[in-house]
Amino acid sequence: MVEKIVTRRFDNLNAHEIAEYEASGGYQALRAMLTRTPAEIHDEVRNASLLGRGGAGFPAGVKWGFCPPGVWPRYLVVNGDESEPGTYKDRQLLERDPHQIIEGCLIACYAVGLTQCFLYIRGEMAHAQERVAQALNEAYAAGYVGKNILGTDFSVDIVLHWGAGAYIVGEETALIESLEGNRGMPRLKPPFFPAAVGLYGQPTIVNNVETLANLPWIIERGADDFTAMGAENSKGTRVFAVSGHVNNPGVFEVEFGVTTFRDIIEGSDYAGGVRNGKKLKAFIPGGASAIWFFEEHLDLPLEKVAVDQAGSMLGSGAIVVMDEDTDMVRACHNIVRFFARESCGKCTPCREGTTWLERILSRIIAGHGRPSDLSLLTEVCENISPGMAWPPRMTTICPLGPSAVSPIASVIDRYRNEFDSYITLSDRSVIEVSAAGMNA
Amino acid sequence: MSDATETTDEIETDEVEEVEAPAPDPGVEITVNGQSLHATPGRMLIDACEDAGVYIPRFCYHPRMTPVGMCRMCLVEVDTGRGPALQPSCMLTVSPGMTVETESDATKKAQDGVLELLLINHPLDCPVCDKGGECPLQDQTMSYGPGESRFVEEKRHFEKPIPISENVYLDRERCILCDRCTRFAKEVAGDPLIHFIERGNNTEVNTFPDDPFASHFSGNTVQICPVGALTAKPYRFKARPWDLIEIESTYPNAMGDRVTVQASRNEILRYQGVDSDAVNWGWLADRDRFSFEATMANTRLGDPLVRGNALGSPDPDGSELVSTTWSAALGQAAEALAAARAAGGPTSIGVIGGARLTNESQYAWAKLAKGIIGTDNVDAQLGDGIPADVVAAMPRATIDQACAPGGTVVLISGDPKEELGTLYLRLRHACENDDVTLIELTPNETGLSRHATQSMRVLPGELGVVADAIVSGQPGADIGLSTNGDLATAHAAVTAAENLTVIVGRTSLAEHAALTVEAINAFARIDGVRFLSALRRGNVHGAIDLGLAPGLLPGRTALASARNWFGDAWQTLPLDTGLDTAGMLQAAATGRIDVLVLLGSDPLRDFADPELARAALAGAGTVIAVDCFINDSIAVGADIVLPAAAFGETAGSHTNLESRITPIRPLVTPPGTARADWMIAAELAFRMGEDLGFESVEAITDEIASVSALHGAATAQAIDQAHDGIIADGAAIAQAPQFVWTDLGAPESAIPVDSYSYRLVIDRTMYDSGTQTAACQSLAPLAADGAVRLNPGDAGRLGVVDGVTVRISSKRASVEGPVIVDERISRGVAAIAHNHPGLDARSLVDREQTITDVRVETL
Repeated sequence: MVEKIVTRRFDNLNAHEIAEYEASGGYQALRAMLTRTPAEIHDEVRNASLLGRGGAGFPAGVKWGFCPPGVWPRYLVVNGDESEPGTYKDRQLLERDPHQIIEGCLIACYAVGLTQCFLYIRGEMAHAQERVAQALNEAYAAGYVGKNILGTDFSVDIVLHWGAGAYIVGEETALIESLEGNRGMPRLKPPFFPAAVGLYGQPTIVNNVETLANLPWIIERGADDFTAMGAENSKGTRVFAVSGHVNNPGVFEVEFGVTTFRDIIEGSDYAGGVRNGKKLKAFIPGGASAIWFFEEHLDLPLEKVAVDQAGSMLGSGAIVVMDEDTDMVRACHNIVRFFARESCGKCTPCREGTTWLERILSRIIAGHGRPSDLSLLTEVCENISPGMAWPPRMTTICPLGPSAVSPIASVIDRYRNEFDSYITLSDRSVIEVSAAGMNA
Repeated sequence: MSDATETTDEIETDEVEEVEAPAPDPGVEITVNGQSLHATPGRMLIDACEDAGVYIPRFCYHPRMTPVGMCRMCLVEVDTGRGPALQPSCMLTVSPGMTVETESDATKKAQDGVLELLLINHPLDCPVCDKGGECPLQDQTMSYGPGESRFVEEKRHFEKPIPISENVYLDRERCILCDRCTRFAKEVAGDPLIHFIERGNNTEVNTFPDDPFASHFSGNTVQICPVGALTAKPYRFKARPWDLIEIESTYPNAMGDRVTVQASRNEILRYQGVDSDAVNWGWLADRDRFSFEATMANTRLGDPLVRGNALGSPDPDGSELVSTTWSAALGQAAEALAAARAAGGPTSIGVIGGARLTNESQYAWAKLAKGIIGTDNVDAQLGDGIPADVVAAMPRATIDQACAPGGTVVLISGDPKEELGTLYLRLRHACENDDVTLIELTPNETGLSRHATQSMRVLPGELGVVADAIVSGQPGADIGLSTNGDLATAHAAVTAAENLTVIVGRTSLAEHAALTVEAINAFARIDGVRFLSALRRGNVHGAIDLGLAPGLLPGRTALASARNWFGDAWQTLPLDTGLDTAGMLQAAATGRIDVLVLLGSDPLRDFADPELARAALAGAGTVIAVDCFINDSIAVGADIVLPAAAFGETAGSHTNLESRITPIRPLVTPPGTARADWMIAAELAFRMGEDLGFESVEAITDEIASVSALHGAATAQAIDQAHDGIIADGAAIAQAPQFVWTDLGAPESAIPVDSYSYRLVIDRTMYDSGTQTAACQSLAPLAADGAVRLNPGDAGRLGVVDGVTVRISSKRASVEGPVIVDERISRGVAAIAHNHPGLDARSLVDREQTITDVRVETL
């Protein structure tokens, strides 16, 4: 089994305490870093080819370089608003090893020259908030955070900010709006990206929790050790949260780009296979926004490019497994409903379209479907995401609208019979069985 | 949901660079629907296409507000080198080589899709919707949308129209959430009182509970709403758009806001702002927008009135005003004028008012008074303005010059948000968006204070000293509320300014005009300074330019020095410089003026000394009033009342505070037999055996252009055709002598207040008991009851809270009224709004003193 990076302290249930963290090598990367120049640290991360773990998979070291030179102050914003259904890796990292995130923040701040960091944590994650708040207090008291860290000239303040419960705030520009005290609605980009014009109009680096969690290890061990792990385009390890109809749901750190979906779903070290010996019907490879995969995709590696080429994405690292009894119409409805409820209401296609999709699906499930509904579903989807292609084209401002299209695009052709059976009510037994399966 | 979101970063990163790439100078070449065209660099694609005659449908985009790209109606296929993609054209600036398809299949499909989505929750109550017939949603559905809906679910439901302010109703079912009204409230008006609440499909626009959309500009949201979600109470269910006739005109306020007047069946039903680049940008203040109610009010005068002894009078005692015929009324008036001139000479006749009139009517009345009767006792201001010769001498700025990016503006006036609504909007925009440095010299905070670079509190009485200190840079000791630091900063700003505009009006009716003149004199010492008058009364700038002021003749020329030249144009001229309003009232009270003409004025309400006004009305032999309404002065003292036509009923032109001359056009007929003011002047001249020499408005306009160098370019035809009006340029006055600045000597500092006194400020609010506002049923309730506003610190010292009645006493009088605690009021100042019911502070003021100190005591 490959060495763990970000979950290496998960076996220690007290790792969130500073003493335990220090005892297991914590804050050594910070001390080591302070003896080197920011440029060296930046190069180390760039050489590690650390891809952003939030979903887009953009190299963190490259992103850091986007700040326009000479514009100060700049900010670091940590995107801890993990709220995609099925995704709970960041929550684990925040709850179980908060000091690792804090140390990661310090490394990013040092490398890019930031003196202010905002840790934005999803409103519902009460436990994570408590743990991070506690850890921040400890870190301040120990002199790891604040003015003149460890007696050097390096000063950083880290502010903990709680979200107010909106999924859309996981979108980085909506998160910045929320931090500024506005409604969590995405900004349009172009014209501006956060790295150029972000929080309070200043250059802002927005990084995911897991991305930052990798930094202490990279600084301790060096970029070469990091790139020794993983596949050609996906270095290091990656954390996946497996849920759904599996025997052993949970968070697993695997070597990036090498492990396959079959390994992680069926492997005994991991999710342990579909529960009750059932067959796999479908799985979502990267969070609720992603196009679904089926059994023919099981042998794909957990690797960005391979998954992209297969027509979906690794996204937020959530793998949701559905067994053979799953009612595809209801599963689809479940996810569409989520996006309809979470639409911020800013742009027309998402605000109106996602709700319309949800209502058509509700009507079909309630037994009032019409034969024309399937083409209607497709056409409404087309109006949100023209072509229903991957990666999605969109008439919306942000990808939330097209995310609601993904489940429909995934199943409407492949499982058309299930939709038809709801609409024609030709075989009620299918519905009864499916409903029972969902509730099981 | 971090997933796909960051993907867009990756996809679009290099696009930013393209959008922001420097554009070549002659314009950016883009291709729209196969046609190559050049666009102004930095222009939004949606505007560039419209410039070229290609209209892209839109709902949320408004050229006067920040684009938000929310409605997605303006999606077009844009190719910037990486293949065509749907992009919102309201968010995209033109870039070289951009290829745009506004009619491709993909574009049409997107537009059709957006419209279908907008319509799924939109009620199809067009037949009973005020917007039906002029509705962008309706129109664009016809042009770009699907023929029928496939939405079979229940539509979204909200309580049908709810009032969000006194005059605006919101129907959330019709709302398409375009963010126009909310953006207007936040960005343009600065009154962020309406917001989106809830989210997703439950999103709605609403106010916070118990916090209504009480903006002076709320009516603009109705005009820019692209559906019938926002409707204005004064227009609701009054007409269908296709039944309206309309004409473009100029609203006769000091800004000269451009409007369209809309009427149906000879009844004015609505004013809509016209987007004039130079003036009001399409906005109107509610007080003006809804003022057509006054024009249509049944209290309008339709027949001449005389007191008592008319033919068939039911009141032989002569104490009531009764209807009569024009010939009887005009005959009596002419007789009184002729008799007074014969008995006491021309100076026994005085004319007060005239700011309500068009330029042409003002000229006719100036010619009647000065050129026929021979009296210079004419004043369009009621002592609450700035001496006309000073206004005439000020080198003028335009609003555009004042608001030009990077400029510096000194504001010495009442609160523009209350007095000159659209000027406030322009200045606010200039401060917020165009980096204009605003230095405010006002006794209390104004609506612009939070946007000011430097907001300085000037204690009434110290304006002259403070202005002198700022200009000279030698402040000496701290002056009252102003500190040396403030003065030094302001000195640095005004002396370094390349484009300096001083906006000047009266900050308080309780302060002598001489202090304002001292400030003007101080700033006039700066090279290249320009002024913008903040006089607020109707067409007062036209009145000054056309000679309705003592000592002035049309064309900003002085009576004394233009005598020979004007003598050729007019048959006679006054011998001496006449009296201003205060002088005329004094003279009438003491019997030296026999005939007083109230030309649309109400000295009893508007003059700073109501006792003197009352004495003058009683003392004058005959009071002739020309007006649209019976105001207090008329009811008390007029002997002959001649009904005048109002805005919307008369033709002519208007002069705004920049000296911009724009056309006023008639749309409906006046009530009864009311007629235009210039006709009344011509009739009176005729009955006095004289002839004014013109029989049409155009003839007057052209006569003005021929006798006044200032108006040389403003012929009837030129005014009618000019896009943004014609600026009456002071530099054109070649024949007339230039003014020299009155040297008032060193400004004097007012006596310091003792620690128990408050300095009185009488200011104005947008809604008061003025005749016009009181005649509008939608606006009259907005006038708050009179109150004295005190700083929280002072209120605390007095131990009073909101609503407690206090006694306010000066050396002259004592009044009682409730307290309002207001942090915008400076320490040591007691502010009372003018003309609010229940508390009239004017009796406290001694007009001979520069300032008025009062004691405030609990009862």
